[in-house]
Amino acid sequence: MDDSRISRHGSGARLWLAGGWLLLALLAAIFAPLVAPQDPLAQDLMFERLPPFWMSGAEPGFWLGTDSLGRDLLSRLIFGARIAFVVAFAAALAACLVGSTLGLIAGYFGGWADRIISRIVDVWMAFPPVLFAILLVAVLGTGLSSVIIAIAVIDWTRFCRVIRAETMGQARMDYVENARIAGYGRIGIMLREVLPNVVPSIVALLSLEMGIAVIVEAILSFVNLSISTDDPTWGGIIAEGRLSIHQAWWVLVFPLVTLILTVLSFSQFGEGLKARFDPVLR
Amino acid sequence: MNASACLDISNLSAVLPNGARVLRSVSLSVQPGEVRALVGESGAGKTMIGKAVLGVLSPSVRIVEGDMLLEGEDLGRLQPKARRTLIGARTALIPQDPLTALNPSRRIGPQMTDRLVRILGWSGQRADVRIRQLLDEVQIRDPNRVLKCYPHELSGGMRQRVLIAAAFAAEPRLIVADEPTTALDVTVQKQILRLIAQLQREHGTAILFVTHDLGVVAKISQKVSVLYAGKVVEEAETAALFAAPQHPYTRALMAATPRYTDPFASLKPVDEAVLAGLAAEIAAADQAWRRPHG
Ligand SMILES: Nc1ncnc2c1ncn2[C@@H]1O[C@H](COP(=O)(O)OP(=O)(O)OP(=O)(O)O)[C@@H](O)[C@H]1O
Ligand SMILES: [Mg+2]
Repeated sequence: MDDSRISRHGSGARLWLAGGWLLLALLAAIFAPLVAPQDPLAQDLMFERLPPFWMSGAEPGFWLGTDSLGRDLLSRLIFGARIAFVVAFAAALAACLVGSTLGLIAGYFGGWADRIISRIVDVWMAFPPVLFAILLVAVLGTGLSSVIIAIAVIDWTRFCRVIRAETMGQARMDYVENARIAGYGRIGIMLREVLPNVVPSIVALLSLEMGIAVIVEAILSFVNLSISTDDPTWGGIIAEGRLSIHQAWWVLVFPLVTLILTVLSFSQFGEGLKARFDPVLR
Repeated sequence: MNASACLDISNLSAVLPNGARVLRSVSLSVQPGEVRALVGESGAGKTMIGKAVLGVLSPSVRIVEGDMLLEGEDLGRLQPKARRTLIGARTALIPQDPLTALNPSRRIGPQMTDRLVRILGWSGQRADVRIRQLLDEVQIRDPNRVLKCYPHELSGGMRQRVLIAAAFAAEPRLIVADEPTTALDVTVQKQILRLIAQLQREHGTAILFVTHDLGVVAKISQKVSVLYAGKVVEEAETAALFAAPQHPYTRALMAATPRYTDPFASLKPVDEAVLAGLAAEIAAADQAWRRPHG
């Protein structure tokens, strides 16, 4: 997290670039039915494996080409963004809420609370995350909500660890002691004095976590453990694209690029926001 | 015991988890409106006494005996909540490091008024007027700007002025000033010291003034306690102490204090013989203390 302190001057450009891409993707997801050129589910064997627009053999209206069932790739990516963003927001928020709360409590109160919470985190992190996710979804059953729950259940520890450490640093500062002398209650100090100082880190982590949620969702879709409807998902498209890589590379490459851009943007956006938010860095 | 004192500490002893005694039957009192200097070298336990009074000792430091009376109220006998309320209403701290003593993520204005509004129940407007009045007293000429600043946007001297204003704002009876000028550069030190002295006089606030600098002691205090290894080795009126220091350690400390006229010649460490005498004195005191306390 700390590299933002060094590279604060670069934070403007990356904040805007990353934010721009995310906004574009988000708007496309929200208005998918309006902006998608084709029905993402419509199959047409006449149009199977059309190449992207600049190659010979491309058809107008199918900008990024079609897959082996003749479905429009761009439209599928746009509709896939819907699930990606829903999972990103819901899972990251849930993980953030649980992890940050516990991290704040552990870091601020220390003692027994800290020992118990830290031990749980240690045990939790002993599981390999992807395996953990697959296991959880297998138990919970496939579907959007189990994907979200699985990601939140696995990744709250990231928030907990970082926020705990930051809170501990803040709790040692004299302003906390000053607040205690003034007569503020412990919980009041935690929420009003300490919390605002860890918010920039929470924001950065939240954004990073959204990117991670997008990846995990894609992985789960890839192994066919995500949502079970026909709705396109980025991971699902990648899985299909892999099968026809020799005949239609674009079906694999475009969703991969989209995924990577989105994930990178989330993490850069978070770092940029943190640098922007933090009054000491500003 | 002295019922009329603003602060009356008697026989205060504290130990660390390893059993080491860090405060050795400390007794000292601060009369209303008086400045009591607490002087001693680094590690003597000055900060610890201040923290004990303000109720913010670290949990690893345990008070094993002694009483602390704040305006006649026995802090040790109060319920924690009542103690917090009493300390919050009657005391304030002027800290050593004015940067970390201010919340970095909150603007100065809300940070200063918050305490008046939330702890003392003042209206926001009354608190605002009060804060501006105090900022004027600490000679901050552009309060509108300062109130909107984040702490890191102010200089060290300005931050300390803000903290002095905040300390006096709620009209506490007792202020603990823990080396309030140590973190500042020399020219600013003098201004800050003068400000504290001036506000102290005008508000009639008692101050427990922690310092390791005898020059500061002479300038600001009426009474002084000399602390060594958690033990008060000498206590006197400031003028009397400088005129005729009784304890060898006090004399050694004075000899070790650099003078502007001859800054290097007099910079000598405390004499070996004096230290040996002190060690014996403290060992004897601990011996006497252990007998009744097992
Ligand atoms: N929380 C703590 N746990 C253990 N030991 C402590 C703790 N706080 C202070 N001490 C020890 O107690 C002694 C007194 O410390 P204190 O901070 O009161 O000294 P001081 O007189 O204020 O010194 P300085 O001039 O450096 O501020 C020191 O030896 C210190 O190492
Ligand atoms: Mg100290």
